[in-house]
Amino acid sequence: MNDKHKQLDWMVAQAKAGRMTRREFVGRTTALGVSAGLASALFGKAALAQEAKKGGVIRLGMQGGESTNSLDPAVAASEVPYQVNMTWGEMLCDVNPDGTIDLRIAEEISSSPDATEWKFKIRQGVEYHGGGTVTAEDVVATLKRHTDEKAQSGALGIVQGITEMKAEGDMVTLKLNAANADLPYLMADYHLMIQPGGGVDNPAAGIGAGPYSVVVNEPGVRHTFKKHANYFDSTIGHADEIEILVINDNTARTAALQSGQVHMINRVDPKIVDLLKGVAGVQIKAVAGRGHYVFIMHVDKAPFDNNDLRMALKYAINRGEMVEKILGGLGKPGNDFPINAAYPLFDDKFEQREYDAAKAAEYYKKSGHDGSPIVLRTAPGAFPGAVDAANLFAASANAAGIPLQVKLEPDDGYWSNVWNVEPFCASYWGGRPVQDQMYTTAYLSTADWNDTKFKNARFDELLLAARGELDEAKRKGMYSEMAQILRDEGGLILPMFNDFVSGVSDTIGGWVDDPNGELMNGRAQVRCWLNA
Amino acid sequence: MHPILILVVQRVALGLLLLLAVSAVIFLGVEALPGDTAQAILGQQATPEALANMREKMGLNQPPLTRYFQWLGGILTGDLGTALTNGADIAQSIGQRLGNTLFLAGCAAVIAVPLAIILGLVAARYAGRWPDKLISGITLTTISLPEFVAAYFVIYLLTQLIPVFQPVAMVFPGMSFWAKLHAVALPVIVLVLVVLAHMMRMTRAAILNVMQSAYVETAELKGLSPMTIIWKHAFPNAIAPVVSVVMLNLAYLVVGVVVVEVVFGYNALGQYLVDHVTKRDLPVVQAVGLIFAAVYIFLNMLADIIGILSNPRLRHPK
Repeated sequence: MNDKHKQLDWMVAQAKAGRMTRREFVGRTTALGVSAGLASALFGKAALAQEAKKGGVIRLGMQGGESTNSLDPAVAASEVPYQVNMTWGEMLCDVNPDGTIDLRIAEEISSSPDATEWKFKIRQGVEYHGGGTVTAEDVVATLKRHTDEKAQSGALGIVQGITEMKAEGDMVTLKLNAANADLPYLMADYHLMIQPGGGVDNPAAGIGAGPYSVVVNEPGVRHTFKKHANYFDSTIGHADEIEILVINDNTARTAALQSGQVHMINRVDPKIVDLLKGVAGVQIKAVAGRGHYVFIMHVDKAPFDNNDLRMALKYAINRGEMVEKILGGLGKPGNDFPINAAYPLFDDKFEQREYDAAKAAEYYKKSGHDGSPIVLRTAPGAFPGAVDAANLFAASANAAGIPLQVKLEPDDGYWSNVWNVEPFCASYWGGRPVQDQMYTTAYLSTADWNDTKFKNARFDELLLAARGELDEAKRKGMYSEMAQILRDEGGLILPMFNDFVSGVSDTIGGWVDDPNGELMNGRAQVRCWLNA
Repeated sequence: MHPILILVVQRVALGLLLLLAVSAVIFLGVEALPGDTAQAILGQQATPEALANMREKMGLNQPPLTRYFQWLGGILTGDLGTALTNGADIAQSIGQRLGNTLFLAGCAAVIAVPLAIILGLVAARYAGRWPDKLISGITLTTISLPEFVAAYFVIYLLTQLIPVFQPVAMVFPGMSFWAKLHAVALPVIVLVLVVLAHMMRMTRAAILNVMQSAYVETAELKGLSPMTIIWKHAFPNAIAPVVSVVMLNLAYLVVGVVVVEVVFGYNALGQYLVDHVTKRDLPVVQAVGLIFAAVYIFLNMLADIIGILSNPRLRHPK
């Protein structure tokens, strides 16, 4: 017992010094007989115990901002608006790095046993930047605004399923058209920032209840913030000021980090990661997430309406090589369904699909394809390295006797003229917090973004049934069966899951790997502090 | 009326006419792009309903001719409209960025123009000898280097090896003049390297051309020193070609530096234009395009007028 104590103390010390990730910590302490829940809590305490320092200005240099950006959270789509909104905004709830729900404006969440009615108790006394406090009415007005098609909200698909919204005192009640056990995860969507009056009058005002208030908003150039003095949660929001600089050029962004002009950068080019590892004062954080790169086939168009041909192509791609060459080793091979270990209820029973020229040739022969070229469309902007990846795919497929041909398309108009239009092309997905949302967005028969035109009655039935299933084991089994169907019959070729690769200065404390999104799911500037 | 005045007025009128023609061309060019604003904004998220909603909201359903005249009328009354993508007032956004563009161009010009002319004069004075070869060699090397290579080179040299400047050159209102100068140092260096050679070579060639004339021989025979001859007799007669090249380079410094802006994250018009082109934000693209065209036309007009004024035959017609 004594010995165990010593080991536990040592591991807590390691965690305090930031030398151990949550996963390692939990794994090693549970080996000592500590329960996983307790281990996770211990780690949180240890990480906090790194003694957050207050004050200073944290500067971020980021790719993914344009002068066309707006502060309206409904239309946020790229990285900078995401990070910016996470700085001034606050949602009902957020998702913790370990996949549990982090209560923010909601203080308590409960559901009816059939998961069709949800109650959110609103935290009292949460102040907006301009004064006034968050009310249940604001929450309902915010959700209502996102249901209006004119708001062009990226969360429209999420709020559409809510048939009734009611505010009573400090309680918000949402009734759904169908059961959904994942509703809290959906409410953690980054578009759903609670705004005064729902943001109806001026959606792009940038006024919310988040830890910082907007000072300068120059889209495509910089965004600056100052600490919201009356922020309700004293455990985060350490710096006095935050500055987000838009530096879209890779080299300039890296140089800015090296020279100390900024403290954190996103999107480190995998090609230079090895070089940066040797630079003093800079740490590379490669975090496994849910984002993935894909080649998508329309299963309703020839020749991809033939499952044998689809299987031939799935066996004709060399996933390991792609992770090495396209991601510089910073990622994991995919298995032709869009879910990985970063999702709750992930089933790891599936064998990794490998490159197998013999099997590919066999399926190809079975498909009876006439031998005409199979055209794969790609563009530099489809995902980083998409052109190289397509060429690698063509080379390995040709070696198996499949006449795969790459057609290079311009970036300009790729998402309107090629993606979702042409039967076979390269694309990417950023992932979603839960399996239901990912499948609902792109694989349900009726989904707007069903970019493989996949229609499978059994799959749809399982997806809808799983929403109302509160028994986790049963639910996991359903998701597992869906993964199996998609993997063996779908139009999706998923060669790799890409890591989020960020560069962080040594002067930053409090970094935690977060699979939910880049730069600690958009909250790095809020949760980290300056040691210098 | 003085004939010079008539000439100048003619040039100005011609310039305005040209600008009107350019506005039509810009509008047509933007119309001809594939896809429309709604599609470009929605990108991967475009569903037929969302597209229809957005088109209606943005007035993209109206015929092109109507939209052209609405736009032209707006410009004449100083109203450039609002950006389709984020609803920001275009005149306001452009105002600050145009200021930054002119600041960067101005800083580069203040160094590059005198330097190029002096180097050109020296090269002409020692034509064919080592100072000429050295100057030509160096400036031709720097102009041959693509801008982004030069930019990465100075970033490496002056922020990593000798850390005296910062790689990201953004300037903001409220920064002191010296802080702004410090911020733009690297892009200014790159731009000077890029524009130097063209102006230097033109000065040299124009001077050498004049040096063939009989009156230069006379000056030599009078016993004047070579530098005096160049400065007093050759240079005034070489002004017209030099000015036109200088103006072309100034125009380039204003409208053509988008690569340098991107590399240094400099918040000026070029980057603003590119962002809005990729999003098919027609009002912004047209407004910036028109401003760029106006700069070109104005500077070329200025070169013409200076050329006229520097020519005694035009100044004192018989």
